[in-house]
Amino acid sequence: MTEVRRLVVVGASLAGLRAVEAARKTGYDGEIVLVGAEEHLPYDRPPLSKAFLGAADDNGDLPEVPWFRTEETLRDELGVDVRLGKPATALDTEARTVTVGDERIGYDALVIATGAHARVLPGADGLEGVYPLRTLDDSLAVREKLEAGARTVVIGAGFIGSEVASTARKRGLEATIVEALPTPLVRATGHEMGAAIASLHDLNGTSLRCGVGVSSIEGDGRVERVVLADGSSIEADLVVVGIGVVPSVGWLEGSGVTLENGVVCDENLWTGVPGVYAAGDVANWFNPTLGERQRMENWTAAAEQGAAAARNALDPENAKPYGTVPYFWSDWYDVRIQFVGSPDADEVRLVDGDPASGGRWVALYRRGDRLIGALTVNGQTEIMKYRVQIMKGGSWEDALAFAETRRKAHEEKLAAAAAPA
Amino acid sequence: MKCVTVDFDKCTGLGICESLAPDFFEVNDDGELLLLKEDIGDAELQEVEEAVNGCPTEALKIVDR
Repeated sequence: MTEVRRLVVVGASLAGLRAVEAARKTGYDGEIVLVGAEEHLPYDRPPLSKAFLGAADDNGDLPEVPWFRTEETLRDELGVDVRLGKPATALDTEARTVTVGDERIGYDALVIATGAHARVLPGADGLEGVYPLRTLDDSLAVREKLEAGARTVVIGAGFIGSEVASTARKRGLEATIVEALPTPLVRATGHEMGAAIASLHDLNGTSLRCGVGVSSIEGDGRVERVVLADGSSIEADLVVVGIGVVPSVGWLEGSGVTLENGVVCDENLWTGVPGVYAAGDVANWFNPTLGERQRMENWTAAAEQGAAAARNALDPENAKPYGTVPYFWSDWYDVRIQFVGSPDADEVRLVDGDPASGGRWVALYRRGDRLIGALTVNGQTEIMKYRVQIMKGGSWEDALAFAETRRKAHEEKLAAAAAPA
Repeated sequence: MKCVTVDFDKCTGLGICESLAPDFFEVNDDGELLLLKEDIGDAELQEVEEAVNGCPTEALKIVDR
């Protein structure tokens, strides 16, 4: 085993940043090269579709860019050679080089963290006012339109699109969401809960039109309207396209790394090619905690996988599997939606609250006789207790019993609060 | 003695810390984080470190006191 003297991390977002930080934390003192396609230093993505799009505060200041680290911290404290503004375009696993611009950068260990890019809607090219929401530049463009009071149409009722619509409504703007499928969020939360969560839009004054596709986006230079497959059209100054992402693996074609819904890795985040690991949205890895292959698109997985991939890349002989109970959250209106585990379930049961009232509810997901997932809406105090149970492989029966205890306790608390003192 | 601290200006109550170190953290009904205890025993250090690393708002810190 040759000693690692140069670690190259391709992708300068959360997973890439956590990879270089974890590498230094292990005591590794060799070279680190961090390659980022965007001109920007690493920044945090979750706020880009949430708080960052919000209106100015009382002093007239808009929310600040959520930078992770300064250039000085990266270069001086972490000793990272940061190369921004050019994407990696090829990987040669024989010669152990990554091509960036005209340069070939050699590596002993490599972490692929190129993430994913927004899926585009064909035919909307070149119209001003039509954006995906994936990068800081996307978010800045969207925010500028919201600031100008744009009538907003969101295409795709997934989490990102829903967050944008919710921010537009909070600013008092008209917002419409168009979704091609009859029910939104099915892949992330299942049928029943997808419909239940989507009802939050109506309750908050956003028009949600499901089961109708977009036939064209029209305008003269800048967007003016979205024409739907049923012939109707919606006037718009801003169109945000939130129809999912595609793993960014184009540069790995022909490299010998297996590509199938991202970069295929084992439970150690190893690609099977010597020295090459993957992390974040691009990694399709075997999650030993749930016993299934997954490609996550969430903050927690990117952070943890980045660190785990770097540690394993630097010390493959002592590599440790990375397993997790997936977690994501989404903030709409004044509601926090949280999900842990997997939505791939035999049964989904509402165990507390009522979606029709829009307030607060808890649903549990069963696979076989095991608790496999949990969804809460404004149930911040409930959700993580189920994450712990899923981590431990807890049974469905125990989860239901626990849920009943929690439901009663909550009911009693509400009754006590309502009772005259 | 190692202790954990919370920057409540940064914390948004996402709760990842609670799932990793439930003896230390709990999010309440209002979505606010409660710090259940501060002092970290040797056997607990790893789980608290995981909670610190797992925090999306970088609100947690381990300090020597």
